[in-house]
Amino acid sequence: MPLHLKLHTQPEVPLEADCICPDKIQSLKGSEISSMIVFHGNRQVKLGEFFDCKGEFDGEIIIDGDLNNVKHVGASMTFGKIIIEGNIGLHTGAAMQGGEIIIEGNAADWLAAEMQGGKITVKGNAGHMTGSGYRGSTVGMQGGEIFIHGNVKNETGHVMRRGLIVVGGDSGDFTGVNMIAGTIIVLGNMGIRTGAGMRRGSIICFNEAEILPTFTRNCVYKPSFIKFYINYLEKNGFSIDSSYTNGTFERWSGDSIELNRGEVLLSQYKNK
Amino acid sequence: MKIKSTEIDDTFAEAFKMFGSRIIITAETKEWAIAAAQSVTGFATSVIGCKCEAGIETEILPENSPDQRHGVSVLFFAMDSESLGKRLVERIGQSVMTCPSTSCFNGIDDGNEVGVGGQLRYFGDGHQISKKILNKRLWRIPVMDGEFLVDDIFRVKEAVGGGNILIMAKDQNTALKAAKSAVKAMREVQNIILPFPNGVVRSGSKVGSKYKALIASTNDAYCPTLSSVVEKTEIGEGVNCVLEIVIDGLGLEDVEQAMRVGAEAAIKPGVKKISAGNYGGGLGQYKIHLHKLLAKGEK
Repeated sequence: MPLHLKLHTQPEVPLEADCICPDKIQSLKGSEISSMIVFHGNRQVKLGEFFDCKGEFDGEIIIDGDLNNVKHVGASMTFGKIIIEGNIGLHTGAAMQGGEIIIEGNAADWLAAEMQGGKITVKGNAGHMTGSGYRGSTVGMQGGEIFIHGNVKNETGHVMRRGLIVVGGDSGDFTGVNMIAGTIIVLGNMGIRTGAGMRRGSIICFNEAEILPTFTRNCVYKPSFIKFYINYLEKNGFSIDSSYTNGTFERWSGDSIELNRGEVLLSQYKNK
Repeated sequence: MKIKSTEIDDTFAEAFKMFGSRIIITAETKEWAIAAAQSVTGFATSVIGCKCEAGIETEILPENSPDQRHGVSVLFFAMDSESLGKRLVERIGQSVMTCPSTSCFNGIDDGNEVGVGGQLRYFGDGHQISKKILNKRLWRIPVMDGEFLVDDIFRVKEAVGGGNILIMAKDQNTALKAAKSAVKAMREVQNIILPFPNGVVRSGSKVGSKYKALIASTNDAYCPTLSSVVEKTEIGEGVNCVLEIVIDGLGLEDVEQAMRVGAEAAIKPGVKKISAGNYGGGLGQYKIHLHKLLAKGEK
């Protein structure tokens, strides 16, 4: 039976609950879990003041309630599974190294910031800075996979170095800004200034996009590796028109203000 | 033992432990996939002179291929794992990467890892890109028609080489027809290849030679033209042509199965005897007895 945490009191200010993490809970029993310290604003309180704890940790934690004001859930986790039944607040899965987080609702900003491994699935939308580096960091996401079935806001994959981010809907502006390497796939539309300052890495979009003037068009071709991604995305619950599988993509290289080794691939298949 | 008018020799094929690997070649059309497969398996009949043995195992339909394109699976065999790894790098680099529209993937799950894409990537001169999907790294090497996509790691595993049957017939036409039938039947078996031209070899060899520089020479005991010249001949009454089919497989059972269906298919009027080649049993790790094999088939 998994550990079930149910929010009974809505925090008035953000609740920093980085203790909701398999690594920190694995050796604790029910009462000890309730006694774990969280920050309610700048005040230290017990987790039990906000959450009812039921069940025992068997590798899985289920969290229920309106969690928009609960931050840092699953931060730095290395194993196990967290299922969030609704929306979740800032920094979820930040610096995560392994395991899995499933968010049935929406995720706020800084989802999986500086993630290093593991997998995060968001059934709804995600906020700004998904899979990004924190301000001042030279490296963002360094591994793992983020699947967002809805939309994301700005600066997804900022200074990303490795890993995979998939957006089922639209992404905001500056997708893959300053990207170092890795892969971002957007099935919907992208905002402006995609890949600004990117060195390496791939941004793949299944729609047309506005390309920065510091990118140069290379060719239209069939990148067969995309089929592997499409298969993988379908296994992860994304629905993709089969015509994309054998379709052509327009390749743009950039950003020429940096190494110019990055690529933006835009599907040429039009069934919109 | 006699089946119809064909005698089954009471002997065994002496097979050896080898290392094998399977690669999957895909391309935009079936023709290009086959072209690459034919090229990559060229000059790979025997480890004696070619450093490896290779052949086309089967064609793969798009729905079953790694990238949903037409595919061909190819098996490679060599005497050790390291050597096989080198052959894969050489041959995939020269024959698959060069062939328009192709991609190349590892086709077995177990065994030792050998870096293939990881070596070939340097052809990209710094423009190569790697992608890791489902814990598998792929290399995208820019080429003039787009990109050559190749697995970073291929696998090689212990396998069996040198399974064989000898078809001893009244004349060349009969032997060729019998061999053709045998090859057709054997090619239905999975996990095996027949590395010689059209699956058949006429220049069977024995170990050693009167010339010191040669490690192998013609199997004079099976040469009809020498039947009255050599000390020991295997050419019986009415035999004027002998053809051999050599089988390499990923497993002993696969080789046995191929030998069995091949021998059965080769039994025809005019085929005097089905035999098998061995070196007295002292060299190979596996002895595949014809009588036992064909008795299994009868059951």
